[in-house]
Amino acid sequence: MKARIKIMLKNGVLDPQGEAIKHALNNVGFESVTGVRQGKVIELDIEESDKSQVRSQIENMCKKMLANSVIENFEIELL
Amino acid sequence: MKAAVIVFPGSNCDRDLTVALEMVGFEVSKIWHKDPELEKGIDLVAIPGGFSFGDYLRVGAIAANSPICESIISHGERGGYIVGVCNGFQILTETGLLPGALLRNSGLKYICKTVALKVETTDSVFTQKYSLSNVIKIPIAHHDGNYNASVNDIEKMKDQDLIAFRYCDNPNGSIEDIAGVLSSNRRVLGMMPHPERAFEKAHGNSDGMTFFKGLVEAFATT
Repeated sequence: MKARIKIMLKNGVLDPQGEAIKHALNNVGFESVTGVRQGKVIELDIEESDKSQVRSQIENMCKKMLANSVIENFEIELL
Repeated sequence: MKAAVIVFPGSNCDRDLTVALEMVGFEVSKIWHKDPELEKGIDLVAIPGGFSFGDYLRVGAIAANSPICESIISHGERGGYIVGVCNGFQILTETGLLPGALLRNSGLKYICKTVALKVETTDSVFTQKYSLSNVIKIPIAHHDGNYNASVNDIEKMKDQDLIAFRYCDNPNGSIEDIAGVLSSNRRVLGMMPHPERAFEKAHGNSDGMTFFKGLVEAFATT
């Protein structure tokens, strides 16, 4: 099974990279852009077919390593 | 007095830290991150700066899951002393031994320069030889030194006097100008500046020597 994890900085945590992208977009003429947040996407191949098993395994992965709950939120999508 | 300097793939200040600790009298062993546990009788665990695992995923995140870290966490939970410098600080926050997290510098640039720090507490083995509000000069060299923690954690740190160092002129956007923090039992310190890069005359600045002298004094008397 394939899964995709989207990891984003929590609201309120300053995202300097997002800010830099916003300025760059504004500077090249996309003046309507008022906010940018940059996150990351991780795709996994997992040898497991039970969806709820996969989901709980990925939640553990996120809590243990893939995301930092102090600053980040994550969303899991099974493909 | 025994210290363990932990080496990860990509650590690059392990030798500097070893030299500094040996110079003040520690017997230092370098411990590879894949070692299953710390040897017995270690007084101080020192986690050096560098770019462990190429800073992949998040700074310190992969290192914090290395085999040796379980043993480091137990050492910390038993009340053992731990210091993490730069990448070491990032790793300590990732293990949960220290609160908060370190984000990309607010100016997005890697910063390598000597900065002025204010000593915010002398109530720790790491800072006991400084005087309160001393301003010391210590080099920084990081891309991800922007300290962030929840409002509750910050309040707790202020109430319990757990902020060890503050930047006089905040270089990286850290909340409350924080450059270094202590754990609640005051035995774990994480700091972005590198005292091991300023501890002898040849460095042109020995403000970091006071840091190592404090450590050695604490362990020599116990």
